[in-house]
Amino acid sequence: MWNGERIPLHQIPEWDFTDFKRISLESYQKGNRIAGFWAIPAKTGYTLFQAWIDSSRFTLDIHQCRIGSTYPSLTPELPAVHLFERDIAERFRIVPEGHPWLKPVRFYRGTDARVDFFQMKGEEIHEVAVGPVHAGVIEPGHFRFQCNGETVYHLEISLGYQHRGIERALSGGPNARSIHYIETAAGDTSIGHGTAYALLIEALSGSGSTERADGIRAIALELERLANHIGDLGAMAGDIGFLPTHSYCGRIRGDALNLTALLCGNRFGRGLIRPGGVAYDIEDSRMETLLQGLRLLEKDATSAIELLFDTPSVMSRFEGTGALQAETAREIGLVGLAARACGLSLDVRTDLPSSVYKRICPNVCTATAGDCYARAFVRWLEIQESIRLIRQLAESLPNGEIQEEKALKGTFTLLEPESLGIGITEGWRGEIFHVAATDSTGKFAWYRIVDPSFHNWFGLALALRGQQISDFPLCNKSFNLSYCGHDL
Amino acid sequence: MISTPLLSILRTRIQQKYRTISYPRGTPPPLPDRFLGKPEIGSFSCPSGCDYCLKECPTGSLFLKEGKIHLDTGTCLFCGVCSKLCPAGMIQFGNEYRLAARERSDLLVSQVKGKDISDARHEMASRIFKRSLKLRQVSAGGCAACEADCNVLTTIGWDIGRFGIQFVASPRHADGLLITGPVTENMKQALEKTYRAVPHPKIVLAVGSCAIGGGPYRDHPEQLNGAGSVLPIDLYIPGCPPHPLTILDGILRFLDKIPGREEPWEL
Repeated sequence: MWNGERIPLHQIPEWDFTDFKRISLESYQKGNRIAGFWAIPAKTGYTLFQAWIDSSRFTLDIHQCRIGSTYPSLTPELPAVHLFERDIAERFRIVPEGHPWLKPVRFYRGTDARVDFFQMKGEEIHEVAVGPVHAGVIEPGHFRFQCNGETVYHLEISLGYQHRGIERALSGGPNARSIHYIETAAGDTSIGHGTAYALLIEALSGSGSTERADGIRAIALELERLANHIGDLGAMAGDIGFLPTHSYCGRIRGDALNLTALLCGNRFGRGLIRPGGVAYDIEDSRMETLLQGLRLLEKDATSAIELLFDTPSVMSRFEGTGALQAETAREIGLVGLAARACGLSLDVRTDLPSSVYKRICPNVCTATAGDCYARAFVRWLEIQESIRLIRQLAESLPNGEIQEEKALKGTFTLLEPESLGIGITEGWRGEIFHVAATDSTGKFAWYRIVDPSFHNWFGLALALRGQQISDFPLCNKSFNLSYCGHDL
Repeated sequence: MISTPLLSILRTRIQQKYRTISYPRGTPPPLPDRFLGKPEIGSFSCPSGCDYCLKECPTGSLFLKEGKIHLDTGTCLFCGVCSKLCPAGMIQFGNEYRLAARERSDLLVSQVKGKDISDARHEMASRIFKRSLKLRQVSAGGCAACEADCNVLTTIGWDIGRFGIQFVASPRHADGLLITGPVTENMKQALEKTYRAVPHPKIVLAVGSCAIGGGPYRDHPEQLNGAGSVLPIDLYIPGCPPHPLTILDGILRFLDKIPGREEPWEL
């Protein structure tokens, strides 16, 4: 399937489990990566679905398999699916036999909550528990460290505190609330999730967006990336006590958010992306203001961030801290900027190009060290690339309508029945994967969201191994993953 | 040019200039022209007779009572769909950012009332915490946008510290809680424990439509329709998320550090 495409449900290739497993392992060996793995109740038993991104062919391959209430776990041979299998087990009590660490992911209502953690024993060993209420103004999550002195031997991350039933509530839609679930799936990624949802709805309704709207969406997506990357560099500076960049970037992030607010009135881009196009146009004078604001932002951000990378004491704290090998990153299915910082060249905008990315190609920014320095540096490269892209998009913004004709008539709630649609975007954290199927009446039978954080939380846990526990805030911020995007 | 870390830091400091806003002594920072602030409902009777606004409101915040349209800004997501769909222009979202209120009922905008700024002053808090208010923020579900806009207040642009207001790391150090999120089932216990850990006297601020009434997740069984279902609320700050200016204005009026109406005053 192409990004933003629909296929009838019966056309999804179906295999028995042996072939399903063989295809999965072959996909991985070919260098493809898993975008999603989920289960849906069938008439008898369950259907397992897997979606693989094949960047060499620019396609997303979905295949399915019928199972009963158990199946042999894929995790031992394919570690990247470990959390997906836990999620499937928690939702439907389907047991992946041989899964090395089967416990709940989101603590859904009415499921048995097993809350014991991996523990080390020994005279010098101690355990540190952090959260769900943290010291900073951040989301809730629980972190359990096994330490020997200052050194972290193992970190286990237990989330689910933000679980508010988004996927469950999306079934039966689309309705008046659907877009709001999407825009608040991860509040700092409203544009990213909104665009994935719009692609999906446009696929399922057999229509599209307009070229101008695609351009405006892409501008908003880059503004979102700018705001978050600048904010994160400031926060990383703050976590090592380098206050100049911390102070400047915290403020400059607000400037970037205000540029988004210039487009739609909301600093997080709420209300801008709508299926069929965008809700607000960028007139010439507004574009002028936007580009002027971007010039000021670029000047301020450059001076604040170059200071960060020019300061030896900062580099000595960033370099070598929380490093992940490229091999590990690929094995656990890391995505987005965290993966690019390990040297993996993954970017949905170029791997699965849709709409505007068929004519405008972003440069994929990578580093090799996989440590906090690399994650910071990739952010800085992407900030510069986003500014370049916004200018290019602004210059080449086609004239025309901002809403597809069908959307204006409000027919977007009419979706093709018995179909599966996908939408993927490269949000600032990484790839955002939305997939849904419609029932015989054209309503969502089910809806699944995979936020990049879902792939990446385990990467943070591994990055902490052998590190000092006092480096946890820095490592955590260098990934800056979403709790709400994970918990949904 | 000779570059040492110290010189670079000084040079950058000069380049970055002084950036703290002059509000509330000076004018508030400009809001974008497409900003959706406090809604107003026309006092004329609805000429069209359609019910687009009622049907399309994602959270059911618009309703008819005694034949008059009411809008609950506590649960409103400020998406503006009602305003866009109304052929008669009954509902208009202005640029009024002062949305906070002491009383839950004051968040209701109707055809009868709505233009005035709701009272936000808290008797006890404005007496005891006026010059120093330490808050523990608890994120209890939601999407993290409200948290982001609380964090913005601590940046040099807004510098909430200049009012003696600070987000502290422990509830033991706090005078109250600032709650965001609808309070998920999974966060209920942690929120209650955090509240108990705050010494008396204490106050609770509910920030954002989730914390006030469940926001987009209203009536989901996974959450509790806001912090009010668990704790007594002393100040409601609506918005999805509220603009930082709305949060700052709310807390300042709560502490009686600025007046509610356009009157001369001294900080």
